[in-house]
Amino acid sequence: MDQTNKPNEITNVVRMQGIVKRFPGVLANNQVDFELRRGEVHALLGENGAGKSTLMNVLAGLYRPDGGTVIVNDKVVNFSSPRDAINAGIGMVHQHFMLVPSQSVTENVLLGLDEPRFRMHLPRYNRKIAEIAGQYGLHVDPAAKIWQLSVGEQQRVEILKMLYRGADVLIMDEPTAVLAPSEIEELFKTLRSMTAQGKSIVFISHKLHEVMEISDRVTVLQKGVVTSACLPISSVTRADLARLMVGREVVFRVEKKHVEPGEVVLSVKDLQADNDKGLPALRGVSLDVREGEVVGLAGVAGNGQSELAETLVGLRPVLGGKVIVNQKDVTNKPVKFGIRQGVSLIPADRTQVGTAPNLSVTDNVIMKKYDQAPIGQGWMVNALEANKYAAELKEAYDIMVPTVDTSVRLLSGGNLQKVILAREISSEPKLMIAVQPTRGLDVGAIEGVQRLLLAQRADGAAILLISEELEELLSLSDRVYVIYEGGIMGEVADGDIEKIGQMMTGTRLEQIEMQGEA
Amino acid sequence: MTQADSTKPIMGFKLPFKMKVEPRVVDPPRWYSPMLSVIAVVVALMIGALVIWLGGGEPWKVYAHIARSSFGSVGVLSDTMVKAIPLMLVGLACSFAFRMRLWNIGAEGQFFLGAFGASMIVLLPVLPEEAPKWQFIIVMALSGMLFGALWGFVPGFLKAKFNVNEIISTLMMNYIAVEWNNFFIYAVWTEGGFQMSRMFQRNAWLPRLSDFAEAIPVFRGLTTHMGLLFAIVAAIILWLVLSKSQWGYEIRLIGDNPRAAEYAGISISKNVILVMLVSGALAGLAGMSEIAGVVHRLQGAISPGYGYTGIIIAWLAKLNPLAVILVSILFGALILAGREVQPSGVPTLIQGVIMVSLIAIDFFLRNRIRITRRVEE
Ligand SMILES: Nc1ncnc2c1ncn2[C@@H]1O[C@H](COP(=O)(O)OP(=O)(O)OP(=O)(O)O)[C@@H](O)[C@H]1O
Ligand SMILES: [Mg+2]
Repeated sequence: MDQTNKPNEITNVVRMQGIVKRFPGVLANNQVDFELRRGEVHALLGENGAGKSTLMNVLAGLYRPDGGTVIVNDKVVNFSSPRDAINAGIGMVHQHFMLVPSQSVTENVLLGLDEPRFRMHLPRYNRKIAEIAGQYGLHVDPAAKIWQLSVGEQQRVEILKMLYRGADVLIMDEPTAVLAPSEIEELFKTLRSMTAQGKSIVFISHKLHEVMEISDRVTVLQKGVVTSACLPISSVTRADLARLMVGREVVFRVEKKHVEPGEVVLSVKDLQADNDKGLPALRGVSLDVREGEVVGLAGVAGNGQSELAETLVGLRPVLGGKVIVNQKDVTNKPVKFGIRQGVSLIPADRTQVGTAPNLSVTDNVIMKKYDQAPIGQGWMVNALEANKYAAELKEAYDIMVPTVDTSVRLLSGGNLQKVILAREISSEPKLMIAVQPTRGLDVGAIEGVQRLLLAQRADGAAILLISEELEELLSLSDRVYVIYEGGIMGEVADGDIEKIGQMMTGTRLEQIEMQGEA
Repeated sequence: MTQADSTKPIMGFKLPFKMKVEPRVVDPPRWYSPMLSVIAVVVALMIGALVIWLGGGEPWKVYAHIARSSFGSVGVLSDTMVKAIPLMLVGLACSFAFRMRLWNIGAEGQFFLGAFGASMIVLLPVLPEEAPKWQFIIVMALSGMLFGALWGFVPGFLKAKFNVNEIISTLMMNYIAVEWNNFFIYAVWTEGGFQMSRMFQRNAWLPRLSDFAEAIPVFRGLTTHMGLLFAIVAAIILWLVLSKSQWGYEIRLIGDNPRAAEYAGISISKNVILVMLVSGALAGLAGMSEIAGVVHRLQGAISPGYGYTGIIIAWLAKLNPLAVILVSILFGALILAGREVQPSGVPTLIQGVIMVSLIAIDFFLRNRIRITRRVEE
């Protein structure tokens, strides 16, 4: 029994046996077994649509399994809501946070609890929450309002919410996908401090080096079936994990052929724009991208990258400077004008901007083609053509979805990203602006997307790649610009990580070179 | 832990099954949503029956009477249609705007302005008194639609340019519309001090079925007018626009995710104005057809809240233009029944209950009930 267990003995806090979960046309989990020990980080790996989120949604009480048992602390449980799960000590942090922006951290943590009943005695709760935060190294001010917080800090609030409710098991579904590298380090410190204090963590990520760094054991899912259960991380390499997930060897560095750059496609001169709060976000950005070139834009998140992408496609007003695409001035032109010039954007936010959740896959892939032949015919949308086109893309991009009539909100994270990629890449753009194009994709799919981007390059497209992942940026780009506080710090063509790192923290290239000479 | 509690025997015995509510994670089948609409109506009728019974009436007799007096013969069926015509058009007006999540609750005001626009043609007069009927029909319809559209344009423009909440602006415009009409019937076109205009001359009336009684005798006495044709044609056009056209695609996209629409290069402000224009024009056409088809003069009491009933109809029809036609006929029957049933509040009550059950029943769209046998666990 529980009581007789010594604290340092291995105990399973969670055991899931033979879990089956069906969705129309998909068997998302097929007889899945999973176990989680006290005090471990257990990584859950698998390709896009393998069923990781589904399995964890079952554990967190969001979905009810069609078969199988869930055992928590040696008791069979049957959750019918996340509330039941949290009462049993299981909490989940989703990729999309559910916080009220206008309220403080403390108010958000208390939201939905029975206590406090009538009178909010905020200072007392602030103290209580600060105490828990301190215990696990979650740096966040309890009195701060959510909208003032960075993404990383908001995630800490979500974790705090679960800890405050007494979670012993924390499920984190792709927590690092939205974080900057420094924030990932912070998160890992927190996770380590939590496991040291006896909590258990399920960690889902597609970034294998993170999995190698943080987890103790890993379980791999493939198409809803467990292919490797509970491997100790010390017994595998990163390449092993990739092979287990995808079922074949994965090359981490795609081969890049030499392409002679052609004409300048995108030329940005002294561009200025504000962010949503009306503060300057771009302070005179100048850069250009030629045919057959992948140009990277490196920088810590929030230094003007997303504003730049939006300004280039016409979604954000230009306050100064010029944007020239193919010798045509597109400054402050309507979005459609840019689309007609062959400008394409893979947006950073796939659910808020990139897709319409309740519309079908077909409706989502024709978003930029609905008014052009053969899909647009006269005043009509040709439904047959549209469906045919969607089915082709589903095939070509390996989008896992039963039919193209399915609402995209039911797609797994990675498959949703594939819908966007399929739409944008298949439009054969002259200029592609790709913001974090491989976010949330599995290693196999990342390889595929990188190949596609390079194929575009070989066909003479100009690609501006905006990413926080230096590794990807360097392996794909011919040149890299570095952005810091809305200004370009310099340009690097030789992939000198050292220099890029310095520029990302605000040192100009000239300064670095002067120091080098001195 | 709730789970432990529920498996505990309650009062010494266990039910052989238990019921649980859980959020729906999979799209319900296509027939599900219309079925819920039907259930909402049935529930409302049952609650109505209860009220009648509590009031000492005999529900089935009352309902049978309502059915007879709304659908029982060609004559009353025609009366039901007459009541349904304005509802069809305002229902369409609301459905169209709601598809884009544009909450036009100003169909009432647009209806009044449509009536004004149509009357103006006769009373100002725009057309000479002896102009042929077809000219009157066309010009009055166009004018009614134009004025309704104008009334829709104002809130649409305010929303597009200054992001003014359309719920509030359309509601306010309703009050202005009523007063606007009042001004004309009290001060300008008053007939001998009464608060109404003079009766329109016959060539400004919409043709009715009874006008063709000489050729087709069964049409004798039937008051169903040409507005029915307007409504059916409008419903078909709207259905085509929404489900087949590029514009309809834009409207659906904006309705689901405006930011994605912007990203796809679709202008939201342009569409807000256009949709409000069309929505207003449809409600205006409703006003015109009521004036030219039934009332035949401009007066104060031309709408018992048609514009608001249109909102209920739009929801009950799940914003499907073709379903709006059917639902409107049901509501036409309920309005007609108001004259037959004492207390006449009962049909209004049923309308209200339909609305409430609709909202309540939406719960079943988002959640599902699960019944499990104990032995399964
Ligand atoms: N609510 C749902 N309705 C229908 N199908 C669903 C639903 N949720 C998930 N699916 C399907 O189940 C499969 C597994 O999805 P799941 O979200 O678990 O994948 P995942 O492993 O988390 O993938 P990713 O790495 O892309 O996030 C997918 O094919 C997905 O389309
Ligand atoms: Mg997932």
